[in-house]
Amino acid sequence: MSEIVLRDVSKIYDNGYHAIHNIDLEVKEGEFMVVVGPSGCGKSTLLRMVAGLETISDGEISIGGEVVNDLTPGERDLAMVFQNYALYPHMTVEKNIGYSLRLRKLPKEEIKRRVAEAAEILSLTEYLSQRPGRLSGGQRQRVAMGRAIVREPKAFLMDEPLSNLDAKLRVQMRSEILQIQRRVGVATLYVTHDQVEAMTMGDRVTVLRAGVLQQCDTAQALYDRPRNVFVASFVGSPSMNLLYAELGPDGTSLRVGSQNLEVPDTLFAQRPNLRAYLGRELVVGIRPEDLTMAGDGQTLVGRVGHIEALGSELIVHFGLDARNYVVEDKGGSAEEAEELLEETALTQHVRNVARVAPRSSVVTGDQVPFRVSMERAHFFDLASGNAIW
Amino acid sequence: MVTLTSPVPQRRRRKIWTESRVGLTMLIPGIVLIVVFMLIPFFYSVWLSLHVEIVGSNIPIRSVGLLFYRHLFTDPIFRGIFLKSLENNGIFALVVVPVQTGLAMFLAILVNRNGAFVKFCRTTFFLPVVFPMVLTSLIWKAILAPGPAGMLNAALRVVTFGHFTPQYWLGNVHLALPSIIVLSIWQGTGFQMVIFLAGLQGIPSSHYEAALIDGASRWHLFRDVTLPGLRNTTIFVVMVTTIFSLQVFDQVYLLTQGGPLNATSSVMYLAVSQAYVANNVGQGAAISVVLSFIILLLSLIQRQVLRERVD
Repeated sequence: MSEIVLRDVSKIYDNGYHAIHNIDLEVKEGEFMVVVGPSGCGKSTLLRMVAGLETISDGEISIGGEVVNDLTPGERDLAMVFQNYALYPHMTVEKNIGYSLRLRKLPKEEIKRRVAEAAEILSLTEYLSQRPGRLSGGQRQRVAMGRAIVREPKAFLMDEPLSNLDAKLRVQMRSEILQIQRRVGVATLYVTHDQVEAMTMGDRVTVLRAGVLQQCDTAQALYDRPRNVFVASFVGSPSMNLLYAELGPDGTSLRVGSQNLEVPDTLFAQRPNLRAYLGRELVVGIRPEDLTMAGDGQTLVGRVGHIEALGSELIVHFGLDARNYVVEDKGGSAEEAEELLEETALTQHVRNVARVAPRSSVVTGDQVPFRVSMERAHFFDLASGNAIW
Repeated sequence: MVTLTSPVPQRRRRKIWTESRVGLTMLIPGIVLIVVFMLIPFFYSVWLSLHVEIVGSNIPIRSVGLLFYRHLFTDPIFRGIFLKSLENNGIFALVVVPVQTGLAMFLAILVNRNGAFVKFCRTTFFLPVVFPMVLTSLIWKAILAPGPAGMLNAALRVVTFGHFTPQYWLGNVHLALPSIIVLSIWQGTGFQMVIFLAGLQGIPSSHYEAALIDGASRWHLFRDVTLPGLRNTTIFVVMVTTIFSLQVFDQVYLLTQGGPLNATSSVMYLAVSQAYVANNVGQGAAISVVLSFIILLLSLIQRQVLRERVD
């Protein structure tokens, strides 16, 4: 058991592409660290650098206090779970799980015992003599996990291990993986593009964008205090509403499009740096659940577009006459980005989302006042995108 | 009178019919090719093998039953040539199949990477495949030419500092078949290398990476990832090479005409020379029919023994 430490790690490919920019990261002993980001942000590269499958251009990676920069993948004593599981098709489940132990020439008896133990934990005992080709996706996933835990490695590396499973199984496997990780108690670096997966699984979550570390903190902290507009929009689903706004010169009002919101004094106590933005344009961020339809207080009136009835709540899409701030490079996969683009084109000004109580009387086309919890609003600098605190 | 009503509604039935008609229409070109170039010639061969026809004469064609087949196994002279040809084919296959397959796999692994030099090598290894056999044979005829002026003889003389006695490669009973085998391997390996290359590309890189992380050495990677990953490719290559080996003709025809003393005669060569040189079409046809069944049988056996695996 040991920790993984990255110090000022960079990766520049031969063709000059700068994939990873000076990353500092520490995965503590027994910690489950998730690295999340849109596709192409370098998260897999980062993982592969820790594994030793990619060289690092600069910086230092150490595992359990030992610098591993020049060690081969085999010498690093890590276990890795791949997106496609990478099971050997010609070997039985038993041989697959025991492969690394056979390579290390452990006594046959011990291999048998450890494989049986791993199979027991993963409820694979009855499949030990089968080939991976005959197993379901979830079972293959477990075999891949088995191959990792049987090693008793210094750390686990997981590269989108759940993305080949269907939605239901994915949720189930999330908790299984967590349980196993807790049981083994090994530092784990887990890569995903799915922010929900990241939030639900990680002790801490690292958000990566274009090879640059954006923020590393607990899921709740990322959600409550995003360091910049990218993290704010990436974390949370549906994502935060981001609008261009102007703070009044006296600091009592916030102009959003043609509407004005009163600014409570407490906000400046919370975010002292906001004073520097008096009379200036900035970005205001409001989480969908901070827009409600009941009660009184500050409201923004919007025109209701599409409504998604989820049973437990309504997701109300609505348009404002204010300009939306668009964060590029936010989407997960390429398809998701495409979808987002199409959606944007279709809905034009209906880009804002509120989560309201079920059975609220709201109809498409209505002009509806949405109550805003100003003390829970976020503010970002227009130029840098950094949060204003 | 009883009226039968179909459980399938009229419209749906029409749709099924339309769909299958489209499918059948698309199959027609393929079926026509198979019928014209495979089935008709085969059954015509069978018919020919049961009849006597003296080409270019007006003696009427007459049925002789299984005479030509009996001939193959009972005629004292002919039987010898036929069995010798069969034996040559056997030796040819036993050497060519493993050597060529192994060599092709080795070369494929060697050139399965990027780089200008590697690309050059890849092209070079494949080059003999695109040469017509006639050209290849001419080149090899020059290489294997007898006497001290023959290219191979001269080269061997140089490297042995004159100790090597020039050989008549294609004229020596013991050297002719091995010479043809070497030439065939040289000519055929490139094609199979390409098939193995395709097979190598099909092995997911994550399998290698997983093994590397598990601490596998180069040898382990080959034994536990590459070799199993090439299983289906290898089965295909072995089967195809076996079939080619049993059909070997061009090299023999162009270089040795089956000689010396039938040392290089192949079953295919025997069939062709019977039909077109000896003007004994029925006998040639009988040989090719027998060869067809031998190939069919061997392929079926191989298929049983080496089952492909679907993962």
